[in-house]
Amino acid sequence: MSERNLAQAVNHALDLALADPDVVLLGEDVGSTGGVFRISDGLQQRHGVDKVIDTPVAESGIIGAAFGMAVAGMKPIAEIQFMGFSYPAYDQVVSHVSRIRNRSRHRFTCPMVIRIPYGAGIGAAEHHSESAEIIYAHTPGLKVVVPSNPYDAKGLFLAAVADPDPVIFLEPIRLYRAVKGEVPDEAYQVPLGVADIVADGDDVTLIGYGAMMREIRRSVGVLAEHGVGATAVDLRTISPLDIETIVEAARHTGRAVVVHEAPRTGGLAGEIIALIQEHALYDLQAPIARVTGWDTVVPLRRAEHHYVPTVDRIVAAALKTLEA
Amino acid sequence: MSDLALHRILEPDGTLSGDSPLPVDRIADLFRRMVAARTYDRKATAMQKQGRLATYAPFQGQEAAQIGSTAALEPRDWVVGSYRDAAAMWDHGYPWVNLILGRTGDERGGHAPEGVNVLPPSITVGAHMIHAVGLGWASKLRGEDAVAMTFFGDGATSEGDFHEAMNFAGVFATPTVFVCENNGWAISMPRERQTASETIAQKGKAYGVKGVLVDGNDLLAVYDVAKRAVARARAGEGATLIEALTYRIGPHTTTDDDRRYRTETVVEEWRVLDPLERVRNYLRANDGWSEEWERGIEDTESRAVEDAVIEAETLTAFGPGEIFDAMFAEITGPLAAQREESERGGA
Repeated sequence: MSERNLAQAVNHALDLALADPDVVLLGEDVGSTGGVFRISDGLQQRHGVDKVIDTPVAESGIIGAAFGMAVAGMKPIAEIQFMGFSYPAYDQVVSHVSRIRNRSRHRFTCPMVIRIPYGAGIGAAEHHSESAEIIYAHTPGLKVVVPSNPYDAKGLFLAAVADPDPVIFLEPIRLYRAVKGEVPDEAYQVPLGVADIVADGDDVTLIGYGAMMREIRRSVGVLAEHGVGATAVDLRTISPLDIETIVEAARHTGRAVVVHEAPRTGGLAGEIIALIQEHALYDLQAPIARVTGWDTVVPLRRAEHHYVPTVDRIVAAALKTLEA
Repeated sequence: MSDLALHRILEPDGTLSGDSPLPVDRIADLFRRMVAARTYDRKATAMQKQGRLATYAPFQGQEAAQIGSTAALEPRDWVVGSYRDAAAMWDHGYPWVNLILGRTGDERGGHAPEGVNVLPPSITVGAHMIHAVGLGWASKLRGEDAVAMTFFGDGATSEGDFHEAMNFAGVFATPTVFVCENNGWAISMPRERQTASETIAQKGKAYGVKGVLVDGNDLLAVYDVAKRAVARARAGEGATLIEALTYRIGPHTTTDDDRRYRTETVVEEWRVLDPLERVRNYLRANDGWSEEWERGIEDTESRAVEDAVIEAETLTAFGPGEIFDAMFAEITGPLAAQREESERGGA
């Protein structure tokens, strides 16, 4: 057991995964410099240039080549440098990676992990702060995983590598070095598709994932100061959703706030609210609220704070559900 | 001969202008395979007109470009083609019934038999070339010697993925053979509207990939350049881009009316350069052909294709639940719930 931040936990998980002779990590600058976020720091030195592969700057090429490797029986881990740079590769993901099992009725498969740092909060340049997870969650044939803490990051990552199908693994940029925790040194898996209850209160249920879990955990504390007990759900996997846990957590308090950083319209919150009303409408005490990013381009550094949901916005939404 | 000069061995009249890379009996066998492919192509076109197949993309005229290339492969090698590459796919082991099933609109067509290293045809144009780079790269990384061969048209070279595939193949010296079937047309757009480059083969140079220009209607020349490209790839010497100059005799697909954008005169000029006719001429002059023999091949293959059609049509179409069953190795919880809903007919 060692204390690690989220970046170190993913690095450690990668190190363990690369011990498998069929696993390679490929992407832009992942090798000699250890990635722009240093997530693969030291791994090329330890595992070699044929295991941690620096590629040309070509996202479609990275995913398309990884697809071929996966079909041949390898387990590639592809890194896309930032979510805003994932769009050139989207055709490969939606037209080939997510479909080859169905197109060949199980004859050919694509067991690969696509790592994508996502989200705002570090004041980076345009295209470096996107939360476009819904386009992957909306694509049939993919699993989409978003860890919020070091323990889950390592366990979910190793589960993603072991999974026989393609997994999009989203890494919250601003939590890389902002959250620390005890992480076992040995290999372990956190199962995909299983949400985690991270706070257990009786008055209102907060539901979120990834980077927003930090704000959600803080909101639980602030609500407690208001005498409000909050249940909090960390989805961990946003496709497939753990519908049972979501619905039960909402039913438990009869009030819910769904939080994400991505734009509101067509976002995951709408889907979660639909699921809750399908399964538990008559157990609800108030309309379900959502606290999300706006339907705007993520503002650049000086105005970014107007966009990302805050503890104040989450607490206000939770208190409003209690007024009903 | 310079690589970018047109490589040709078998003249249209069936005489040799270079050394044949194959003995007469091997050429006769490749001819048999081309006749089989053409028989399939004709039957498939006819069946589409009868409403038994969905849209069909004929490859008539491109038999030598495809089969001359795949003839250079070993079973462990990979073939990654597009919707017009049925001859190449079949020649590398993909059964007629799979091709027919795919054309009737059934995903089971994509399930190649175990041991047949042929991916289902790519329907999006161009994205599959990089897959052959990845397949070959995996072989190289594992210390194996399998080669991946990919087929695509002149139109596909305009896609960004052509650039990325060629660039990766060059940088990582992957064992990949790119076969561009330059058939003159991308639906209605002629080759000169795809690129201002004098040849497609010369594009290889900029990527550090060997480029070769070959008469795509010359079985022997195609085989010759493909064999060299495969040998280079297998020896770890990297990728080759073969531009096979050929012609799409038929329309883009059975939904296309090619009279809207080209004249029959041009098509006729290419019809006389038919890839089967010149091998037939050669075999006839070398006592390797008879009309009876060729008719026998056509009869046999015609029956094989008909049997495949019956097998495909006998297969019961998917029910409302089965469409869910190949999304993942193990169906997910939410998908299982949708599957039940679909089987119930909703609600």
